[in-house]
Amino acid sequence: MKPVVAALAAALLFASGAGGVAPPAVDQALVDGDTMPPKLSAFGLFAGNDPARPVASFAYTLNTPLFSDYAEKHRFVSIPAGKKAEVADDGTIAFPVGTVIVKSFGWPDQNGGRPVETRLLIHRAKGWVALPYIWDADGRDASLAIAGRRVPVNFESPGGGAHRIQYGVPNKNQCKECHSRAGAIVPIGPKARNLVLPATMSADAKRRWFDRPEALKPAMPRWDDPASGSLQDRARAYLDVNCAHCHNPEGSASNSGLFLRWTDPVNVNYGIGKRPTAAGRGSGGMDFAIAPGEPDRSFLIYRLESTEPGIAMPELGRSTVHKEGAALLRQWIAEMPKASH
Amino acid sequence: MRFQRLRHAATLCFVAAFVAVPAAAKTISVKAGTPDANEKLQEALILAEPGDTVELGAGVWKLTDGLSLDVDNVTVRGAGTKDGEGSILDFSGQQGAGEGLLVTSDDVFLTNFAVLNTKGDGIKSKGANRIVYHQLRVEWTAGPKETNGAYGVYPVESSDVLIDSVYVRGASDAGIYVGQSKNIIVRDSIATENVAGIEIENSFDADVHDNIAAKNTGGILVFDLPSLPQQGGHNVRVFENIVSDNSTPNFAPKGNIVASVPTGTGVLVMANRDVEIFGNVFDQNGTANVMIVGYRYDHKDPNYQPLPKGIVVRGNQHGKAGYAPAFEGGAEIAAALGGAIPPVLWDGAGDAVVLDEVGVLSLNLPDAKTPRDQAKPTPVTLKGTPPAALPEIKLPASMEAKVQ
Repeated sequence: MKPVVAALAAALLFASGAGGVAPPAVDQALVDGDTMPPKLSAFGLFAGNDPARPVASFAYTLNTPLFSDYAEKHRFVSIPAGKKAEVADDGTIAFPVGTVIVKSFGWPDQNGGRPVETRLLIHRAKGWVALPYIWDADGRDASLAIAGRRVPVNFESPGGGAHRIQYGVPNKNQCKECHSRAGAIVPIGPKARNLVLPATMSADAKRRWFDRPEALKPAMPRWDDPASGSLQDRARAYLDVNCAHCHNPEGSASNSGLFLRWTDPVNVNYGIGKRPTAAGRGSGGMDFAIAPGEPDRSFLIYRLESTEPGIAMPELGRSTVHKEGAALLRQWIAEMPKASH
Repeated sequence: MRFQRLRHAATLCFVAAFVAVPAAAKTISVKAGTPDANEKLQEALILAEPGDTVELGAGVWKLTDGLSLDVDNVTVRGAGTKDGEGSILDFSGQQGAGEGLLVTSDDVFLTNFAVLNTKGDGIKSKGANRIVYHQLRVEWTAGPKETNGAYGVYPVESSDVLIDSVYVRGASDAGIYVGQSKNIIVRDSIATENVAGIEIENSFDADVHDNIAAKNTGGILVFDLPSLPQQGGHNVRVFENIVSDNSTPNFAPKGNIVASVPTGTGVLVMANRDVEIFGNVFDQNGTANVMIVGYRYDHKDPNYQPLPKGIVVRGNQHGKAGYAPAFEGGAEIAAALGGAIPPVLWDGAGDAVVLDEVGVLSLNLPDAKTPRDQAKPTPVTLKGTPPAALPEIKLPASMEAKVQ
């Protein structure tokens, strides 16, 4: 795991440094066009099409990331030269047309540490487009899989325990199910409150890509670091990142009335004493999404700890239970004062 | 008035002719049974362009993941709904997604195929305006089981919804469920052996007619629930349906609102206003043919109206009912009344007019907060002057044209 990170960091330094050779460049005409190239290499997003050598404006991480079957993710952004991302007062980041947000998913024990898939979010004149690419067996290139695919993946989770899963690469529509606001595709990861830029990134580099880099203040704690925030704030960060892209009034789960954004008040619409709406067997025979003080009677926990379609939440992108995330939410609910019924 | 309407119709035709169908509309045919059939089917649903038809060949697709459609004005047409000759989407081996088919685009027409044994919902459409569900079969083939998916066909947050000639069996919540939508017709469909046959929830302006709701726990439900983006359900007409033998023991997972529906319920209205129930044929509903109740759970929603108001019951045929009232204390009341309770049951709060020549039992609960154990059941008459009849639901001509 660590060698991959190191290699990436080195590659980023290389990409942003002043080398003697002409730096590899992204095919901006292809990015701006309206085609869906069958091979990832066409975009020129990686030097030598090596996933460890991204051609990035900058790489980033997130204080609290989305759980995806314990996949290790590498994220970077390509912004066309001369353009900048704008940071709004509410913390959303408006990336200019021509931007590509690139996210690669892999496991140390799989494909020799190379990624299994790379997803692109491309900002074109007509809006954002989501394209999933699966890396070929020889690792030299990745192929467009707009209809998604199940890929067998074996890995060991951090707490120990071997997993053999049919990892679900989402199809183009499923990308939109999460990346959707009022019916249009939008990025969901990079928000000012969660985005972390590399410590090595210079102030000049930040000003080159952001109109107001000083507005990038990650206010959300790291879900797994008690030093970074209270139990409730870490639980709220986890729910925001893992659930709120659908569970908001303009998202795919708007009809549920369960809204889990960082900015939402912790009340009935946050699940506290909320009865199931359209949960079906996702209710697990329980009355409330969150029963304060009683994680075993909270079907939010039941759904997070299931991998069965029709029960499991999130509905997409998870074939494994995130034990550590569920434990955090269990503790948060257990420590709430019990409701007086 | 007439002239105005004609002019409106002419405008619609004009718009339809110039916008709806691009010149290059094409048919994408997909075959079942090939090794990459699943991926090809999903690919077709992604690559379709407005105006296109995705044609499903006859045969069985063994699907491992949910399908989805996000392109406006696409038709998905199969070769039929019957095993052995139709287009069968079999989700018995489903590994992911909350439903079998998800539609998130407008003006979609789904016709002539079957969706079987999904792990979650059968076919869901969300924010999909002017959707037409037509000649479809959605079924959990082992019959009623708590582990079946919740909803069979599930349009939600949509304007203009048509469900026509659909068959649904085995849903562990509602067979045909329309939620938080506006301007809805459910007709000529069959819902059997579901917990709720047909359910209209938190919705405005719906006609539910000429359906058969038989052998469910409850036949047809008109509900409104608190703390949801759209609430205040109103203007629903339930008419000329056959609602019979709704005797299947409730198999909904507990916690869900339909888990509280007593076995043997015909039509159940909860916390809506302006609902008309007329011209239906009721028979063999052991609890009641028509039940009118308030929402009796705690809630913290100041904008929510928990009582039924302006409910009208008229001109229905009542067969045998009330002989096995499946709510607490029901058996005792039936015994006291000579073996059966009257076919219409009202909890006593809100207001209703019942013009049918049958008995009405009121539980005399004055409001939604009075606990049920304070019920004082007595026969009542609710004759009176009903409010003005609700208007017929009209859907855009483009939708009706699809099913002609």
